[in-house]
Amino acid sequence: MQQKDALLMSSEEETAITVEQLKGSEILLNGLIAEGVDTIFGYPGGAIMPIYDALYDYQDRLKHILVRHEQGATHAAQGYARTSGKVGVVFATSGPGATNLITGLADAQIDSTPMVCITGQVFAHLLGTDAFQETDVINITTPVTKWNYQVTDASEIAEVLAKAFHIAKTGRPGPVLIDITKNAQIQLTAYQGYKKCNHIRSYRPTPIVRNNYIEQAAALINEAKKPFVLFGQGVLLGNAEQEFKAFVEKTGIPAAWTILGAGAIPTDHPLNVGMLGMHGNYGPNVLTNECDVLIAIGMRFDDRVTGRLDKYAKQAKVIHLDIDPAEIDKNVKAHVPVWGDCKETLPLLTALVKENKHEEWLAKFNNYSKEEFAQCIDAEINPQSGELTMGEVINQLNQLTNGDAIIVTDVGQHQMVACRYAKFNHTRSNITSGGLGTMGFALPAAIGAKFGAPEKTVVAVIGDGGFQMTLQELGTIMQSGIDVKIMILNNQFLGMVRQWQELFHDRRYSFVDITSPDFVALAKSYYIDGQKISERAELKDALKTMLDHKGSYLLEVMVTKENNVFPMVPQGCSVSEIRLK
Amino acid sequence: MESKLEKKEFNITVYTENQVGLLSRIAIIFSRRKLNIESLNTSPSEVESIHRFNIVINETEEVVRKVARQLEKQVEVLKVYYNTNEDVIWQELALYKVPTEIIAEHVSVERLLREYGARAVVIRKDYTVFETTGHREETDALVVVLQQYGLIEFVRSARVAIIKASDGFHTKLKQFENREPGEPAAENEYLNNGDKVFTM
Repeated sequence: MQQKDALLMSSEEETAITVEQLKGSEILLNGLIAEGVDTIFGYPGGAIMPIYDALYDYQDRLKHILVRHEQGATHAAQGYARTSGKVGVVFATSGPGATNLITGLADAQIDSTPMVCITGQVFAHLLGTDAFQETDVINITTPVTKWNYQVTDASEIAEVLAKAFHIAKTGRPGPVLIDITKNAQIQLTAYQGYKKCNHIRSYRPTPIVRNNYIEQAAALINEAKKPFVLFGQGVLLGNAEQEFKAFVEKTGIPAAWTILGAGAIPTDHPLNVGMLGMHGNYGPNVLTNECDVLIAIGMRFDDRVTGRLDKYAKQAKVIHLDIDPAEIDKNVKAHVPVWGDCKETLPLLTALVKENKHEEWLAKFNNYSKEEFAQCIDAEINPQSGELTMGEVINQLNQLTNGDAIIVTDVGQHQMVACRYAKFNHTRSNITSGGLGTMGFALPAAIGAKFGAPEKTVVAVIGDGGFQMTLQELGTIMQSGIDVKIMILNNQFLGMVRQWQELFHDRRYSFVDITSPDFVALAKSYYIDGQKISERAELKDALKTMLDHKGSYLLEVMVTKENNVFPMVPQGCSVSEIRLK
Repeated sequence: MESKLEKKEFNITVYTENQVGLLSRIAIIFSRRKLNIESLNTSPSEVESIHRFNIVINETEEVVRKVARQLEKQVEVLKVYYNTNEDVIWQELALYKVPTEIIAEHVSVERLLREYGARAVVIRKDYTVFETTGHREETDALVVVLQQYGLIEFVRSARVAIIKASDGFHTKLKQFENREPGEPAAENEYLNNGDKVFTM
């Protein structure tokens, strides 16, 4: 009780005369509050019990969402971070609790999602003794974290936590893990208050902007006849949507997005020419190999975007804007590297470029777009007969949400279809596992997405395979009462693998035939309403019912079994060899 | 361009904070790309609390450059340089344990050791330990010679190297601490060819 009084004093009177003694776990929670954390996704266990014990007294200030598996906590924290722009926070215990975080950490690392994970660890004197639930968490998580640190003394906690938040959210964001031994959680130590970190001696999150590169980039852009902008999540992460829009509107350059960049400018913006990559749009892929200046903004030339590298945009001068120096020249050589935060570099560039309109060049994109519509899109989103298609479901959803919903997708065919056809009016609306391609991502990520943006409608679009990977998180939805719309597009296959087997493995359908439980009954068992449909006539009403439903809802849509996602850049092919059929 | 694709020995100098776990974070950057580390040495630097790693790998410049950037991306890493053998002054230390009685019997051995610049570190009745420093070929050559005189044990240290062109890390660090830009360097081969120094 004495300690609690001391704690209250500290927050009210900054100039406390006596240095108070606090437990490591309390220092941690004070730190989280000081960092503006309001929501934690976690799961308790032996080695993190002192932190959970302290949390019991902080429930009025820190909301804790009890997940059903630690992987779910990481994806929920990712969803939260991606919609809110804040740092996602995860609690897990030692051993299996910590190892269950690995997939989410890897996902957050490759997709640059700011996240701070706190894991409990066995007592410091037991480290290395194969104690109960002891795992070498630091070494196991090193390749999948931006930074990690093991705390063995309570006096380190405040400083390390401040460092963790600074590292997670600055520069190119990423996941950070702090492993805290049980003794440090319990230990009483002098608490001097929490100081946020804004400088680490060895860490330069944002490279210095070099004006000569900006000038060279502007000169290239001003001379370009067929310039082309590729934008990625860097625009969102830098909160540079306005700066980006100003740049493309002034220069009149057609712009295409990576799936994590979707929504940085609205889908309907006249200069938004569509999606890049393996299942991206026709024009952006073909014309990558025709443009004269390629301006990459906050994207990293993933192999799913570039296809065959030695045949990628060889004719073009490349300008690469990125905050991470290691990305420049990593996959595609940049003629002009513009290092820095694009929030800072884009306005500098915009100031130097001429106002322009590239009408003929833009018309080329539109012509390809018409051809793509005629040859693949029309049949996908407006089929008149036959079974339901994924594309028409997404298209119908667009009409009901007007592009204002947050769409969370899992991984596979439905993901590509949703990213292709979903309409995004707002930034931070497309939440998906891009780099890692984590099946099972969507359901927990949607929970987090809703906590991060409670005023928005959140629709999780999931395949029948992916849903079965993390369906236990229905329990989290049930218990937290969060309102998430779950739409399962069921084609009774692991569709993307099946598509590849059809196209590249002589239709040898090896273990892609997956059976499902009665999803609606399953949801009912978690007290979540739902229905299953398979007829075109039911689609609109069913979607409306889902969206209008008060609280969570599961809609299972039976779609045609053997549809393929097209266009497609086959593996090992150049982007201009994209196939429409 | 051709020399960029040719594998050769590179000396990577990494300036870091001194923190537990950093060695592993650095090592996995190499192992993830299936790059073999030929030699790795860690020591303090001239700057207090700043450590330096000397890492030797046999690779193309293209690969080394990318690895250097990945290394520099780590939070506790301050600075990374990479240099060819011509750009550095480097040494390795070797110890040789040989039976004292055989050595004592052969006058030629004594002469030989002088030739190789070897120095006795320990002389006991049963064995003697010699030490040389030099390049690998030199220390290796003495192994071959001493083998015929009953070499009991041989060990060679990792390489330590000093960059010929560097003025030390002091000034760089000061710039770094002041958040000032370093001198423009070869971040980009199209813009700045000659300089091999890597900066942020």
